[in-house]
Amino acid sequence: MPYTFNTPKDQQAMLDAIGAGSVEELFDCIPDDLRLSRLLDLPPALGELELTQHMQMLAAKNQHADQKVCFLGGGSYDHFVPAVVDAIASRGEFYTSYTPYQPEVSQGNLQVMFEYQTMICQLTGMDVSNASLYDGGSAATEAVLLAMSATKRSKVVPASSVHPEYRAIIETYFTHLDAELTTVGSPDGVFDASELEQAVDGETACVLIQHPNFFGCLEDVEAAATIAHAKGALLVVAVDPISLGLLKRPGDLGADVVIAEGQSLGTPMQYGGPYLGIMACREQFVRRMPGRIAGQTVDRRNKRCWVLTLQTREQHIRREKATSNICTNQGLFALRAAIYLAALGPQGLRETAELCLQKSHYAIGQIVADDRFELAFSQPTFKEFAIRDRSGEVESMLADAAESGIFAGIPLGKWYPELADCFLVTVTEKRTKQEIDSLANSLSRASINSTVSV
Amino acid sequence: MRNPRATQLLFELSKSGRRASRLPASDVPEREVSTMLPAAAIADEAPPLSEVAEPDVVRHFTNLSTLNMSVDTHFYPLGSCTMKHNPKRNERLAGLPGIAHLHPYQPEESVQGLLQLLYDLQEFLAEISGLPAVSLQPAAGAHGELTALMMAAAYFNDLGEKRTKVLTPDSAHGTNPASARMAGFEAVTVKSNAEGLVDLDDLRPKLDDQVGVFMITNPSTLGIFDDQVAEIADLVRKQGGLIYLDGANMNAILGVARPGDFGADMMHFNPHKTFSGPHGGGGPGAGPICVTEKLGGYLPVPVVAKRDGKYSLDCDRSKTIGRVRSFFGNVGVLVRAYCYICTHGPDGLKRVSENAVLNANYLLSKVKHILPVPHGDRCMHEFVASASDVKKVKGISAMDIAKRLLDYGFHAPTVYFPLTVAESMMVEPTESESKEMLDAFAEVLFRVTDEPADLLHEAPHTTTISRPDEVQAARRPVMKWTPA
Repeated sequence: MPYTFNTPKDQQAMLDAIGAGSVEELFDCIPDDLRLSRLLDLPPALGELELTQHMQMLAAKNQHADQKVCFLGGGSYDHFVPAVVDAIASRGEFYTSYTPYQPEVSQGNLQVMFEYQTMICQLTGMDVSNASLYDGGSAATEAVLLAMSATKRSKVVPASSVHPEYRAIIETYFTHLDAELTTVGSPDGVFDASELEQAVDGETACVLIQHPNFFGCLEDVEAAATIAHAKGALLVVAVDPISLGLLKRPGDLGADVVIAEGQSLGTPMQYGGPYLGIMACREQFVRRMPGRIAGQTVDRRNKRCWVLTLQTREQHIRREKATSNICTNQGLFALRAAIYLAALGPQGLRETAELCLQKSHYAIGQIVADDRFELAFSQPTFKEFAIRDRSGEVESMLADAAESGIFAGIPLGKWYPELADCFLVTVTEKRTKQEIDSLANSLSRASINSTVSV
Repeated sequence: MRNPRATQLLFELSKSGRRASRLPASDVPEREVSTMLPAAAIADEAPPLSEVAEPDVVRHFTNLSTLNMSVDTHFYPLGSCTMKHNPKRNERLAGLPGIAHLHPYQPEESVQGLLQLLYDLQEFLAEISGLPAVSLQPAAGAHGELTALMMAAAYFNDLGEKRTKVLTPDSAHGTNPASARMAGFEAVTVKSNAEGLVDLDDLRPKLDDQVGVFMITNPSTLGIFDDQVAEIADLVRKQGGLIYLDGANMNAILGVARPGDFGADMMHFNPHKTFSGPHGGGGPGAGPICVTEKLGGYLPVPVVAKRDGKYSLDCDRSKTIGRVRSFFGNVGVLVRAYCYICTHGPDGLKRVSENAVLNANYLLSKVKHILPVPHGDRCMHEFVASASDVKKVKGISAMDIAKRLLDYGFHAPTVYFPLTVAESMMVEPTESESKEMLDAFAEVLFRVTDEPADLLHEAPHTTTISRPDEVQAARRPVMKWTPA
């Protein structure tokens, strides 16, 4: 057993001290008929070398983003991660510690939480951030639950341009709650303002939009704020944190709660998780916020320090009356985000955002140069955009591109049947001109192939 | 050597014009930003983040790390959290580019190795739990509870039954009643008896046809296996209810007993506890759930399926409750759990639990002479001692003892939980500690309870800070740095 210490001699000495005849006897409290009378049916143990070889074999059956050229996005992004992020986050003092229940021996984690919260406020223009939630989807869900509790209203109005999986999670959560979901369409790639105005009424707890939205299009955040606030509803805005290097902060545009998938900030894609749920709000809602929050205080010698604060919101104190059932946060990824933002700084984040913008717009030009393709929506976009394939053979074309080493995009028909001829392309700062040109060529080639096959 | 300058905030190090990153020049023909984005959307300037150099970043965060206790550096007997050794091999293997650099929307053909791993992990967890249907999607234990309770609600809905209540023992984690409420149930507390087990006399009258689910943590947070569990399951079933097992304490019974065999219909695992996922300063965790066949249809999507040797994400399940998380779930945590299970095999997993239980009982045999352990001489993977006697006699509280232990280089046990024991100290040594370490801990505990009360009230004395004012922090909350 690689991770245990007890030698047979130790075991005997320990059993003697306990006054037990055998280790088996320690399990006497479990009635015989409730025990497993055989060994578990699992593969035999592997040593470190065998396990390494086994995992390398499994990993080799996958095609990863460093081998292929990745133009996939939709909430998970292939951004560059500076070496300092990995170097610091792999320190055992960070990743093998836990929730700071003893602040005296957790000041490192607590100060990082406080710094992370500050950076999220700097980024979003909000008053308060928590120390993170599971992911963007859970943050969106918790944000609408916060809005329902703050307004004592039960109707939530998301735009269909919000990540379809975030909306699906909210729908799941709402099934057994006294709550109503009214989704507003986005026929032109952004929420339909007149439909939104009609949907929002005196029962509406919040409007939920994403900016840039799932299609990569910029939404009119201020218009959504005006519509929501006119009826006393809150505005929840999901953002792409990288875009905030360039775009106005949602807090400056009327958002009441800002949430985001924070994976872009230094966390590897790892097939969808673990990620970082970002959540920040205006001061007045802080006592309804879910999750851990670090606060500044002083110790008995009057020295500045940090503790977990406002814990009376939380499940371990309030049980069923808590703001949420959430216990763990994503401390390790909040740390990564803090290091990432420290390493990039304001100029680095701005340049990253500008590179995404420049390169994605170059990609649009290259792709639509083939008149088989057009932009699905004529809206300003940041780093993602939806392309319509006029020949309507999205799946086979993307498969061809993958064959030639390019993950070209995500088909949209799965979530939006009316967009079955469209796919979503993402261009981060990592993509080179050459890769973008290859993408455009590959899509055009696929066009010829399928013409031939027809 | 600890650096006294460590506690400066990053923002206080900031100086205009410094930077740690340099992005490449654009290799595509540049356009004016204003030709691509409306002026109204663009910020006048970059967000007001700190401006620091790379050596600042490295030194700042490295120094902060030294202010933490961690499993890598200290004995961390934090009850209920299973702070066991986090194998380095698992970190390296989860970081392989063929695992860490996969996009969640890649074509299924391009992630067959990972899907195979996840499929096999579903099978492993089904075998370990004795419950055949598995979802790896929940992001944490509490999320697993909520997911399972939403499944239970859907199940009763299909049966045409309106069940409004979930029962939880008073010793349960706070997440249990909180999850119940979020799934639309009313949470009703069931008392524990003098032995720390579920009080059947309190349970019986509360058990009616309105009860959907009884949530039990077994072994309990007191470290006791509730041997009435089969009887409880019978009682609940007679009323048509379901049993949920909070798997927080699975480290005690791996390969020894399976929840599916002792009455559970649903359960979650905490792979960051039982299967050694690092706790990350508060997360990430994961909360895979296992359920009986009849509930399997309600699992959230996607589930990994295998057909003709090909693995795929099955989203097309008619009874599913839907999605509970974006993408697949906390894959990085699940990969580490898979590595841990493969490292141990069937025999090794059983040894894990045997040694966890042996270590806890050994420590209990020493601690009980210092602080009473109200629920008996034997335990499973953890035990709860009480400082109430020493508080009465010497005025030393569980908190005082916890704080003083820090001075001796031990992380404190969990204090003041469970709520059913006064001045509780919940000790979970885990299997990955030596007899010498347990001896040293017990010796220090003995010494501490013998020290002057005044010394303890002001403990810790050797840490960078001591006894932060939590009342002030909550009354006048300062939750971010603001420029002077």
